[in-house]
Amino acid sequence: MISPRYHREVPQRYRLEAGKCKQCGHISFPPRLVCPKCKTKSFETVQLSREGKILTFTIIRVGPDKFSKETPYVVAIIELNDGVRLTAQVADCDVNKVEIGAEVKMIFRKIQDEGKSGLHCYGYKAVLV
Amino acid sequence: MLNVERSEIPIYGEMKSRFAGRDVAVIGVGMTKFGELWKKSLRDIFVEASLQAIENSGVDHIDSMYVGTMSGGLFVGQEHIGAVMADYLGVAPVPATRVESACASGGAAFRQAYFEVASGQSEIVLAGGVEKMTDGADVTDALATAADQEYEVYNGITFPGLYAMIARAHMHQYKTTREQLAHVAVKNHKNGSMNPNAQFRSPVTLEQVMKATMVADPLRLLDCSPVSDGGAAVIVCSVDYAKQLKKPYVKVVASAQASDTIALHSRESLTALKCVSVAAEKAYKQAGLKPTDINFAEVHDCFTIAEIVVTEDLGFFEKGKGGAAAENGSTSIGGKIPINTSGGLKSKGHPVGATGVAQIIECYEQLTGNAGERQVKNAKYGLTQNMGGSGASCVIHILEAV
Amino acid sequence: MIGIVGYGSYLPRYRIKVDLIAKQWGADPEAIKRGLMLYEKTVPGLDEDTITISVEATRYALQRARIDPQKIGAVYIGSESHPYAVKPSATVLIDALGIGPHVHVASYEFACKAGTEAMYVAYSLVKAGEMEYALGIGADTSQGAPGDALEYSASAGGAAFIMGKENVIAEILFTNSYTSDTPDFWRREHEYYPRHAGRFTGEPAYFKHIHNAGKNLLEKSELSPKDFQFAVFHMPNGKFPQEAGKKLGFTKEQMEVGWISPWMGNTYSGSSPTGLAAILDVAKPGDKIFMVSFGSGAGSDGFIYKVTNEIDKVRDLAPKLRDMLDNDKIYLDYGQYAKFRKKIILNE
Repeated sequence: MISPRYHREVPQRYRLEAGKCKQCGHISFPPRLVCPKCKTKSFETVQLSREGKILTFTIIRVGPDKFSKETPYVVAIIELNDGVRLTAQVADCDVNKVEIGAEVKMIFRKIQDEGKSGLHCYGYKAVLV
Repeated sequence: MLNVERSEIPIYGEMKSRFAGRDVAVIGVGMTKFGELWKKSLRDIFVEASLQAIENSGVDHIDSMYVGTMSGGLFVGQEHIGAVMADYLGVAPVPATRVESACASGGAAFRQAYFEVASGQSEIVLAGGVEKMTDGADVTDALATAADQEYEVYNGITFPGLYAMIARAHMHQYKTTREQLAHVAVKNHKNGSMNPNAQFRSPVTLEQVMKATMVADPLRLLDCSPVSDGGAAVIVCSVDYAKQLKKPYVKVVASAQASDTIALHSRESLTALKCVSVAAEKAYKQAGLKPTDINFAEVHDCFTIAEIVVTEDLGFFEKGKGGAAAENGSTSIGGKIPINTSGGLKSKGHPVGATGVAQIIECYEQLTGNAGERQVKNAKYGLTQNMGGSGASCVIHILEAV
Repeated sequence: MIGIVGYGSYLPRYRIKVDLIAKQWGADPEAIKRGLMLYEKTVPGLDEDTITISVEATRYALQRARIDPQKIGAVYIGSESHPYAVKPSATVLIDALGIGPHVHVASYEFACKAGTEAMYVAYSLVKAGEMEYALGIGADTSQGAPGDALEYSASAGGAAFIMGKENVIAEILFTNSYTSDTPDFWRREHEYYPRHAGRFTGEPAYFKHIHNAGKNLLEKSELSPKDFQFAVFHMPNGKFPQEAGKKLGFTKEQMEVGWISPWMGNTYSGSSPTGLAAILDVAKPGDKIFMVSFGSGAGSDGFIYKVTNEIDKVRDLAPKLRDMLDNDKIYLDYGQYAKFRKKIILNE
């Protein structure tokens, strides 16, 4: 990861900013240039709900190099209250107690870093409520 | 930027009931053994498979070639794969193009060769696939580039993790059991034990699968296809030309492809793979066939759950019944529709770019009656389903015995 | 009226008991618990740092303040564990919370009192009429070398305070500071763990600065300890703040609510600020709060707050410190703790 790429995603990762289609109301996260539903191209910026529920999840036991020291950790597909879905880790939990349907809220956490001297990279995770 | 408010972007292309071009045949196949090929480089592997295919087909030249490779860049630091392979195969200056669609790269390469021959542009085209995954790269990381790098992988998901989330959702929605997943592995290892080119030639028991090391709950090590080196190549030509060669050949009766959202979380369903059902619908229409007409299929069982979902979405089983089908023997050799007679990705191995081409090879062997112990009796139609990512792309071919 | 218009605190859920640390280094757990009055401490998750703690604390502060984040004109984070040596912590925070970009930002460092310095500057800017609101934060993921006495206390947490003029929940009546060059504790550039001068950190450093700042603050305000419902002092352990408060004339009862170090540890720059947050969580309109921080090197900042009627409207709008301290704890063993605090040498 390099700085420009990280910086570009900041509004989404830090603030859960999404694009709401002015034509059909579909919310795209991250924002897109073309609405996947109605194919029009005009959007307004909205902030996603920070609350939602777990649709499905897994417990990563074998992680990629960047996350290998954090295993086991839970990754879930979460449906936020506004209907938008995203993939996020579920932090601070007993990995064996996570369930489909569990309610979560989104928090701000460090997601990864670029090694010892690189950037700290932040974003969203979920915690059970 | 386009300045129109509403553009005409169709949901997917108009389906043609028949491809307008020439009938296309596969006339020769070749593959390396799949596995940890410590002494062979990426190019050695490709050349070995390709020379075999050329020799078996009896052609004296090729007009063009396509190479399916997922990530030469990340696995061995080599891009520009088309040129490298043409050079080392000794066929330069023929046009050589690398085709990439993640794990569906091989199937996509074959499809390009099919188009080139069908269109009449070339007469003899080599379609190959190759991957060298054991040279020390972070394989988990490299494979994860097939998912949404910024919104899935960034947050720590892995490929086993993505399929594990599909598995958990499928188990939740359809009561698919952990044992049913394990049955897929048991069957495919049994099939692979009869395939001399397979990476794993030893059967596994249900208990072994159920107790294997957890990788991404609920998927265990024996639910996952392995890390493999390997290459596969086939020679594609027109049916008319194949007839002149007087060698066994099979006919390509459908070639279809579809895509879906790159991120699993953006899909309408977490338990169905739309790229599979859309591509399948097109393929069946093109071939004028129904799912029940297919005698066997090679499907993309990168994880056991994938085979279950794919066999449902190909229309072989009712939605939600794929697990039961694996359990009750419907997908075994001798069953209703044998799936992955080659051992599948699970047991044969999954050198990513080679997989789609190797599926074509298994169909060729079955439809020409050369599958040995794994032979499916009276097979007329074989289907291959090759998938990229967590189901963001899918390539389907239907081959017919002649 | 100028003062706090919104506050929020944040503590990680992970804990380690002092007994496990003592056992690891062959020390007597009972002696440590008795001597330092420390029982357990917070530990940041692998994904938590001063920035994430500051963001969550500020999110809660904004929930209580109910203001447009755009109106915040300055954000200062005081910490001695800023994730970057060069790159401000608060730039991440403002982008995460929709503050700015027309905002002053800087990272503050003054050992354990960087947080109160940040609060003081934020307050002063509002008082000077430079801006409508300013944010001061004290947060740390404190370092303590393995086997060092600091390891029993160095913990993680923080609190954020939005200063303003409207709807003030705790008016700031008086402030002061007492500073001298006293080398009791330091960390050189590029060093991972701080060094300290043992018993010299006590009398000539902690007690001297707190006492002089406290005494001066009482004089300046013409108030006496009995005028206060609450008092909070920097909490390097459980014992020191009790002694310092007693010497200034405060009772155990006045210090009880803000005295969270026995179960939280020393959150360094977040120490007295989290204590203050715990007090605001329960304070009633009219209550007066006496606060003196301490930062090695060395200095103390004093504040006198008077709680207003507004407190009742905002108290329950965000999680309370005591709930975070007492509930949902996840206990670590020493090995997990060592991994979490990156005390294990790993390959890159």
